[in-house]
Amino acid sequence: MSDSTAVLDRKGLGATSRHDTWWLSPLLIFLGLVAFGIYSTWAAWQGKFYLDTVHGADYLSPFYSPDVRSLLGINVPFSYAFLILWIPLGFRATCYYYRKSYYRAFFLSPVACAVGEPAGRKYKGESAFPFILQNIHRYFWYLATIVVAFLWYDAIRAFFFAGKNGHLHFGVGVGTLIMLFNVIALTGFSFGCNSLRHLVGGKLDCFSCSATARTRYKLWGGVTILNLRHMEWAWVSLFSVGFTDLYIRLCAMGIWHDVRIIH
Amino acid sequence: MSTRLFKVWRGDKSGGQLVDYKVDVQEGMVVLDAIHQIQREQAHDLACRWNCKAAKCGSCSAEVNGKPALMCKTRLDDFAEDHSITVQPMKAFPIIRDLVTDVSWNYTVNKKIPPFTPKPDTTWLMQQRDVDRSQEFRKCIECFLCQNVCHVLREHDLEDNFFGPRFLVRVASLEMHPLDSLDRTALLKNEGGIGLCNITKCCTEVCPEEIHITDNAIIPMKERVVDKYYDPIRIALRVLTGGGK
Repeated sequence: MSDSTAVLDRKGLGATSRHDTWWLSPLLIFLGLVAFGIYSTWAAWQGKFYLDTVHGADYLSPFYSPDVRSLLGINVPFSYAFLILWIPLGFRATCYYYRKSYYRAFFLSPVACAVGEPAGRKYKGESAFPFILQNIHRYFWYLATIVVAFLWYDAIRAFFFAGKNGHLHFGVGVGTLIMLFNVIALTGFSFGCNSLRHLVGGKLDCFSCSATARTRYKLWGGVTILNLRHMEWAWVSLFSVGFTDLYIRLCAMGIWHDVRIIH
Repeated sequence: MSTRLFKVWRGDKSGGQLVDYKVDVQEGMVVLDAIHQIQREQAHDLACRWNCKAAKCGSCSAEVNGKPALMCKTRLDDFAEDHSITVQPMKAFPIIRDLVTDVSWNYTVNKKIPPFTPKPDTTWLMQQRDVDRSQEFRKCIECFLCQNVCHVLREHDLEDNFFGPRFLVRVASLEMHPLDSLDRTALLKNEGGIGLCNITKCCTEVCPEEIHITDNAIIPMKERVVDKYYDPIRIALRVLTGGGK
């Protein structure tokens, strides 16, 4: 199918007849992902100011949850955030939405619809190494769900503050709400996953052929509702996880003071 | 009434160029109206495939200002009045003449897909929820805009290794059918080349029927391929239990 002619045959990076600002979306995605990548690497590298305990609070940065050092009884000569972050990183890197985003914004494959790609590349898509590894996405979902469970624990724990006598009492701070928002966003993102949608029911050919199938149909429907906004959940949760770390970091450093709404 | 400049690709497989036409346009006109007006008043030999003018036959696929679209569904007032409108044939298919391309490759691909095959002694009773997914895919009007915009075909010319989104959708509609008995997963992975799709969703963006091609057809099919070929636990379980489809 390659015997079309003249202007139609133009190939190479950016070759297009499009008149609109097709470059804007990949540019914004590129900047957004690079900004998050730089901040999260820096924050993980720090290895400190990830826990805010000022005035009895217990706000743990999502980059450092769960505290695997305590859980596993191990110590490492580097920031333990790196023991955790490969899980959400792997989950997002193999996510179908993010794949679309970075194939476009980073690999220019294609940079936008009906826009030319860099010439001379032998394209194999996800049929060969390394991108064939995207097929393990569901396993990252399993692991990421464990992390999300710990983040729910952290968010609930953030509703309790230590008094002067050491006893915990219920309270709400701005940090509590930020952590709650963050875990809701991460849950919305994780449970709208395309692989989960397949696993809970999408793989079935018949939704009404058994009681189990009917239950799975309902689960599939629930995941589908979240999946329809998977892109939005992806960006909101990416922003929220970075912002939550920043807020807790600023509080722990004493640069910002958490406002207590309910004492 | 106002006058607008159209740049229409004229030529055949030996070569061609964009030709300027000034067209008096009225409110509510679509690109196909303008092309017909050019045919009527300025270029009687301008070749253009069309039929229903209602976005249901899938004949008038072209590229308007570089974007794959049905000419009958693309309104002129979607574009700034002071800009010209470029109309070109679909880039991924061989030119026959002017705006008409040879899309017969698609019918060759279609023949490679085993048709609907019910189980023996099928009870022809289905619940609506069991056919909702397939019915979304049956909205396809075979305009082949998804095939045209797919970079695997458009940029990399991998027609021999890849079915393209339209036919991954067709396989999905068969695979998800509650009464079908065949397993086309191997076809998807091998001859269909589903691994070549890197799910950048251009097919979904251009679909005039607004079929969720990527999320509802291609990704579910990719996941079925993962079940069978890439998920080590599922493969082990299948080996142990001797399970099939």
